[in-house]
Amino acid sequence: MTATQVTPRSGTPEPPQRHPEERPRRVLRAGPLSATYRRRQLTVPVVVLALLVLVSALSIGRGDYPIALTDVLRTMVGLGDPAAEFIVLELRAPRVVVGVLVGIALGLSGALVQTFARNPLASPDVLGVTQGASVGAVAVLALGGGSSAAAGLLGGAGLPLAALVGALATAALVVLLAWRTGIDGYRLVLVGIGISAICTALTDWLLVRADIAEATAAYVWITGSLNARGWDQALPLTLALAVLLPAALVLSRTLGALQFGDDTARSLGIRVTGSQALVLLVAVALAAAAVAAAGPIQFVALVVPQIAVRLTGGSRPPLLASALLGALLVVGADLVARTVLPVALPVGIVTAVLGAPYLIWLLVSRRSRVR
Amino acid sequence: MAAGTTTRPAAVTADQAPRAGLLGGSAGRGGGLLLLLGLVVLAMALSVAVGARSIGLGTVWQALTDSTLTSDEAVIVRELRVPRTVLGVLVGLALGAGGALMQGHTRNPLGDPGLLGVAAGASFAVVLAITLLGVGSPAEYVWFAFGGALLGSIVVFAIGSRGRGGATPVNLALAGTALTYLLYALVRAVLISDQQTLDSFRFWVVGALAGRDADVAWQVGPFIAVGLVLALVNSPALNTLALGEDVARGLGQRIWLARGTGIAGITLLTGAATAACGPIAFVGLVVPHVARSLTGPDHRWLVPYAALLGAALLLVADVIGRVVVRPGELQVGIVLALVGAPFFIALIRRRRLAAL
Repeated sequence: MTATQVTPRSGTPEPPQRHPEERPRRVLRAGPLSATYRRRQLTVPVVVLALLVLVSALSIGRGDYPIALTDVLRTMVGLGDPAAEFIVLELRAPRVVVGVLVGIALGLSGALVQTFARNPLASPDVLGVTQGASVGAVAVLALGGGSSAAAGLLGGAGLPLAALVGALATAALVVLLAWRTGIDGYRLVLVGIGISAICTALTDWLLVRADIAEATAAYVWITGSLNARGWDQALPLTLALAVLLPAALVLSRTLGALQFGDDTARSLGIRVTGSQALVLLVAVALAAAAVAAAGPIQFVALVVPQIAVRLTGGSRPPLLASALLGALLVVGADLVARTVLPVALPVGIVTAVLGAPYLIWLLVSRRSRVR
Repeated sequence: MAAGTTTRPAAVTADQAPRAGLLGGSAGRGGGLLLLLGLVVLAMALSVAVGARSIGLGTVWQALTDSTLTSDEAVIVRELRVPRTVLGVLVGLALGAGGALMQGHTRNPLGDPGLLGVAAGASFAVVLAITLLGVGSPAEYVWFAFGGALLGSIVVFAIGSRGRGGATPVNLALAGTALTYLLYALVRAVLISDQQTLDSFRFWVVGALAGRDADVAWQVGPFIAVGLVLALVNSPALNTLALGEDVARGLGQRIWLARGTGIAGITLLTGAATAACGPIAFVGLVVPHVARSLTGPDHRWLVPYAALLGAALLLVADVIGRVVVRPGELQVGIVLALVGAPFFIALIRRRRLAAL
């Protein structure tokens, strides 16, 4: 295996607008196989993964019964004492696991949608996922959640189920309405604006006519929270990611071609309509699973791909780095929410408070590039 | 390709979307503008006549021309309906023109005026005013909301212009998004821990024309007037800027002047509108797309069309809101989305899109 540098313009087609400071690609050769990569595309995920393990362990260790970082790490690999094992695995790990999974799903979904729509302001929200889920959940909380009969009927599963149904139905409606002979990213975004506006209005209306206690509960839900989340949420989320994560990574190659525009992609041998539908399906399913588990945690799907692309360099948000950064942001925000702040706030508030200044810093620091 | 919409707008538009609008030629567009003006006047008449108590247009006319009349109907018309209608026209004009300006500058179909941090700044200021100072009625929120809106857009501009390449659209949009999320997070933090504030705020944030007295129109009117003038002055420059900043510079356009004028206009228009009736995102987001499908991409026509369409849409939505749940009212922000969005989607689906 050899690693040599090639100039950005050789070989595969490049986007028409290349930045002069584009980092050089390296080539990895093993017999007949070869692949190009940039060094940062490998180092950034590794560093983020290490940080993620560290923050997760810190988060597990903090609480009413503090456990030292080393003990947490020892328990995680199966060498801890029984008491620590119970607290770590049964009580605290589920919440962190849900956080990690939700972050992965949101980061990945955001990267897929932003690449697909070629728009830094796009996120699964544009497809109506968040707003649809909010309508479903707020309707349950404001209309039926208060009365005991409906609460008993719906049980604990009612809220996530309503959110999931709302998210998927809304996204399906957006895609159906935007569909003509295929999916045009521009039309999709516009239809998404319209449907999202309807959903937001419905949510606002439900919030206005609900009584104030229900409205507060609904507000907490639509902010996104990891409170009282455990293995019940982690299990379905794990199953969803087990299917969707590999699918997304496989789609990565197609996405690279799709970003040049439909015609170029077609001439490169991509089945444009089919792969577009597949990308959307995976992105929506990821976001819907995350929202059903933890509520619409704000900002992650929007900001994480933008941060990832600025860290790794390259012409589009990298999928793996986005997924890991998403997990890091959610778990880190949850740690801050539980320990640093005087009052316990939902994680959805802290993700925005942590993520926004970082995006601003990336914008104003001269090393960053505008994409 | 994050900045795809900015650097390569032709990618999706070239083969699928015609650049011209429905109305061709200056005569057609001028006629359309007159028609729109008539539509706004009609909507104003409706807005004065229709409500919990319907009042005939003849009675309305008498009430307006003869100020000595003191019947219930005359008082309703003069004290309630007329101020509300005037406010609706002002806010609709402001939101429509502000939206067209914003989308022109950012070259982004998602560019609603809220992107500059205006709505978020206003919301943050209103929440602080409610929770810290105990301010209680929409009329009292006006100055807090306007101050918050101004501060929000100044901060966004300061951040955006420090980014690489100065105050480019992508920089501004991202800075605005970041600040918006940050401020809304703080707003939510307050609302979740303080039920009383949530109880007042949830009625403000949906956006409504009801409960604003005549003073509000006088307070925000001057700012909207200046903003509209800036928008009209700015619109020819938007046409050259649409060719790309380099070409625009080559054509003799002073980029910083054009951008500065536009941003000042957007801030005044949307800041004043938000101060008057709460954050109504839908008009600024959707009306420019409708206007563009009528006029094509020429901003000299697009901006006035969007302004008039905004006013007509806001008034009609307000009237519908008064009728559907009589004797109660549905807030105009909610009606706008519920009625306007299906219409908007139908328009997108039916016509070939005139893209940005």
